[in-house]
Amino acid sequence: MWSQGASGSGSLLLVAALFSALVLSPTLAIHVYTHREVHGTVGSQVTLSCSFWSSEWISEEVSITWLFQPETGKDTTSIFHFVKGQPYVDEVGTFKNRMEWVGDPHRKDGSIVIHNLEHTDNGTFTCDVKNPPDIAGKSSQVTLYVFEKVPTQYGVVLGSIIGGVLGLVILVVVLAYLIRYCWLRRQATLQRQLSAMEKGKLQRSAKDSSKRGRQPPVLYAMLDHSRSTKSASEKKSKGLLGESRKDKK
Amino acid sequence: MLLLLLGIIVLHVAVLVLLFVSTIVSQWFIANGRTADLWQNCSTLGVSSSFQCIPSSTNEWLQSVQAMMILSIIFSVLSLFLFFCQLFTLTKGGRFYLTGIFQILAGLCVMSGAAIFTVRHTDWQPTTGDTAFGFAYILAWVAFPLAVTSGVIYVILRKRE
Repeated sequence: MWSQGASGSGSLLLVAALFSALVLSPTLAIHVYTHREVHGTVGSQVTLSCSFWSSEWISEEVSITWLFQPETGKDTTSIFHFVKGQPYVDEVGTFKNRMEWVGDPHRKDGSIVIHNLEHTDNGTFTCDVKNPPDIAGKSSQVTLYVFEKVPTQYGVVLGSIIGGVLGLVILVVVLAYLIRYCWLRRQATLQRQLSAMEKGKLQRSAKDSSKRGRQPPVLYAMLDHSRSTKSASEKKSKGLLGESRKDKK
Repeated sequence: MLLLLLGIIVLHVAVLVLLFVSTIVSQWFIANGRTADLWQNCSTLGVSSSFQCIPSSTNEWLQSVQAMMILSIIFSVLSLFLFFCQLFTLTKGGRFYLTGIFQILAGLCVMSGAAIFTVRHTDWQPTTGDTAFGFAYILAWVAFPLAVTSGVIYVILRKRE
């Protein structure tokens, strides 16, 4: 926690320094950028990316240096050097056979990869780039943390659980309302058909009792015919409903 | 009738207060003068010196306990809101199904949160020395039956007047 805070203020200082450097002396300055922190697990590999920006053309004289200061020690050792288009990797130190050069200075990239991480790799790595004659400028540092198991980020599980459950509840509520709405609509149409049928019966009986003209009964017969062609299930439910209504009466 | 209504609301508010207190107060776990809750670990250095708190670990199980407690608060607040809505819109004789369901959900959430804490607290808490569960943990367990009870009452209850 403390180290994070310190590095935070450090980066702020760095930004301020960069800003002042940019404003005060816009020419002849080389800027190097790395991540602030890199996490890795034991046995895995990690890329230490380093990019730079130079006001000059990238010359053949460009040199890139990686320095390493272990967490437990004060000594800074040089672990990588790139000069005259040729990378030189640490062949005797702690990173023997575990380091790989993946950068390309013409693309302003000075990244390295460290394979097979160990706990002793915890520490600060410094990337330093010189592009003669553009040599003025700060180097950049990245801190490597090697874990047994990368800890989950704060709030990831929390957020996903809350979001998931709330989403599920909203989905269920919406589905329930949709089903209820459809059911109510179906009921309403059934009700309308029923009432229409009853009205028809009533009117027909009235017409029969009065024994006037022959035209209206034909119309109702047609209506009855159209109803009889409806699906069987609907008919069944209609019949059931009709019975229940009769029972109630 | 009015008395019953008042009683239900008081019960619901009591559940909400319990949930809030148990979620916020740093007394879920006590070990050697250190108190820990879902959000931070606090310790008193010396007899009357400074009281220091650091954020708690980012363990997945601890995060799920946090999520469950927050969910139970959300559901309980939603339930109270729905209760007042249904009080004015429900037809006579209707039941407070929606209110009850959300209150029961809140109860289930606080139960699962407390249960996860009970089983998994050793993952992020050292269990050496004299350790005990704090009162916020007990309040969470008390909130569970109360929430379920009030939820069941909502479901049983029919609207009058």
